[in-house]
Amino acid sequence: MAPVTEHAAQDFPTAALPLLHNAQLRSNVRHATDVIQGKRFRVVHEMPDWQLLRDAGQRIRQHALEYLDGYLEQFEHHCIAAGGHVHWARDAAEANRIVLQLARNETGRVIKIKSMTTEEIGLNRALEAAGMQPIETDLAELIVQLGHDKPSHIVVPALHKNRHEIRELFARTMNLPELGDRPEDLTEAARVYLRQQFLTTPIAVSGANFLIAETGGVCIVESEGNGRMCLTLPQKLITIAGIDKILPRFRDLEVFLQLLPRSATGERMNPYNSLWTGVRPGDGPQEFHVVLLDNRRTEVLRDPESRETLHCIRCGACQNACPVYRQTGGHAYNSVYAGPIGAILSPQLALMKSSQSLPYASSLCGACYEVCPVKINIPEILIHLRGRVVEGQPKLIRALHPEAVAMRAMQWIFLSQTRLKLAQWLGRIAQRPFIRRSGWIEKLPGILGGWTRTRDLRPLPEQSFRAWFQKHNPSSAEAPHD
Amino acid sequence: MTDVHGAASSARSEILSRIRSITGSGPQAESPREAWQAIPRLYRQHGTLDSAQCIELLEDRLRDYGARVHHAGPSEIPRTIAMILAEREKQRILLSPAVSASWLPDGFPFVADAALSYQALDACDGVLTGCTVAIATTGTLVLCHGAGVDAEHDQGRRALTLIPDYHLCIVARSAVVQTVPEAMHLLEPYSGQPITFISGPSATADIEMTRIQGVHGPRILDVVIAE
Repeated sequence: MAPVTEHAAQDFPTAALPLLHNAQLRSNVRHATDVIQGKRFRVVHEMPDWQLLRDAGQRIRQHALEYLDGYLEQFEHHCIAAGGHVHWARDAAEANRIVLQLARNETGRVIKIKSMTTEEIGLNRALEAAGMQPIETDLAELIVQLGHDKPSHIVVPALHKNRHEIRELFARTMNLPELGDRPEDLTEAARVYLRQQFLTTPIAVSGANFLIAETGGVCIVESEGNGRMCLTLPQKLITIAGIDKILPRFRDLEVFLQLLPRSATGERMNPYNSLWTGVRPGDGPQEFHVVLLDNRRTEVLRDPESRETLHCIRCGACQNACPVYRQTGGHAYNSVYAGPIGAILSPQLALMKSSQSLPYASSLCGACYEVCPVKINIPEILIHLRGRVVEGQPKLIRALHPEAVAMRAMQWIFLSQTRLKLAQWLGRIAQRPFIRRSGWIEKLPGILGGWTRTRDLRPLPEQSFRAWFQKHNPSSAEAPHD
Repeated sequence: MTDVHGAASSARSEILSRIRSITGSGPQAESPREAWQAIPRLYRQHGTLDSAQCIELLEDRLRDYGARVHHAGPSEIPRTIAMILAEREKQRILLSPAVSASWLPDGFPFVADAALSYQALDACDGVLTGCTVAIATTGTLVLCHGAGVDAEHDQGRRALTLIPDYHLCIVARSAVVQTVPEAMHLLEPYSGQPITFISGPSATADIEMTRIQGVHGPRILDVVIAE
């Protein structure tokens, strides 16, 4: 898995093309996103105060970022007072170094709870390079890991695989030739496979859903119980959390424990939420470390126009709602964070140096904003980031870019009614050879072909609205402009 | 570890000063405390259902998760527990400290947790606990671990309700609230202790979005609502 710090290999349209031809993948993605969306819709609409919860969620996240330095210090103070250790990492490499030093143990193994943050820093690769074996314990992450695959969704990372594909994978890698392909069979196989790891591996690595400044506590939200296994049974627990994960107080959970499960999996509450603070004699790991990760989150914070990207609580609702994601799945984004949130987060975490095609991987329809539990205005940030991509280009290229030239020409035409009329007249003549019998323009020549490559176009009508209006209201003078 | 710690202190100050160079320039007229208190919380803070409706809602939600729900009057708890355990064919049942001796039926080898090994826990048939708070709207049982505030609510260490495959939870009628904010308010005194929210048996929907009950935590959850 390439961390976002590296240059993305392919841009979005290039990477999406083969995926669009993969009918199996598209039907798997469509099914999974349909199911979650349906469940989400049902449980969100039974909440009379959903919009008020979203408002509060947005305000709490905004407030936490405004006072981030103080809250981080407060978290550190309380965590240490409860017997925990707190480390700070400026970037992925530093975080990996810290974890590697802490994770060495005689078994050479580490069990892991599904964590986007460890994907982001490429921790598994770093552990493997140091000769250690990270074992993913979330069912979907296990499927991804055993298949040397990449996660394709924040909440259900293996949604691109169906039961038959998973059956083949488990039968091969777990040496179970008789394995059935019912989801029950596959889940049981994973339970048996992982049970021994839980009971014998001395070290676990986790991410965090929330850090609570007031108590120094950590909260993890999960379904399968693999999270509870990892954070309860081993002797040592290492939690890696972005500095954006902070909540001011314990009470704030009352908002997020309502917003997150309904948005993420369409459940009223997910099966397990765990909260713990430092270490407790006789209960759970006796050594606990938190690694607070920046990895360019402070750069995201710096831009007031896109700062609210950091409000994200990683529910994945925007992915399920996005018409682009629903066509391509997560892999086309070529970044750890896919879908609408990935399209705004990845380029920013990469300092706009890679993932530059992602802000364009959207139709700006606004579905993501509507479902976002903390009201991140993703379409507006996408447009802002498109601006930043263009600003980043050399001036001459920017000025001579066909789109920029076309826009300047449009501006010049629109400024004068005479020019507009003339252009419309010319356009009506020029378009004639391209109008198909269906009444649509399906293909334009030359440089204009870029527009019709992925969409059809309505031709200019024979009569403009102004002409129609004048004809029906002969008394009305020319429009006041011009 | 020395180089980690040497780098750590500079990483800490660098990250904090980066943040201060950004947020420090903004309007921070209010103290964090005042600003936090000023956040509008117009969502439901209290439920509107009476106690009987709350219990009914909780029961509905628990059943929706695949848990089985029973009711018992104060004197019927031992009999109800005996009936459930017999039906489930469970014998060796672990006890959390919060379990009152008056609940226990005769004839079962109940096991108190005396720092048992994980293997010993794994060898038990199940675990019997109380419940600190139950949330009706979400069908959630909240367990506080450790005698931080009062032993009455100590549901034992977290491994007790994790390793055995069966969980029987006794919920006092008085512990049931309707909404999440009411529950968080009651949990405030335990905020520094380990807390587990349990909403049904463990589950996954990772394979074709089909909900499968019972992955790593207890696969079966029974609940007795004690009147």
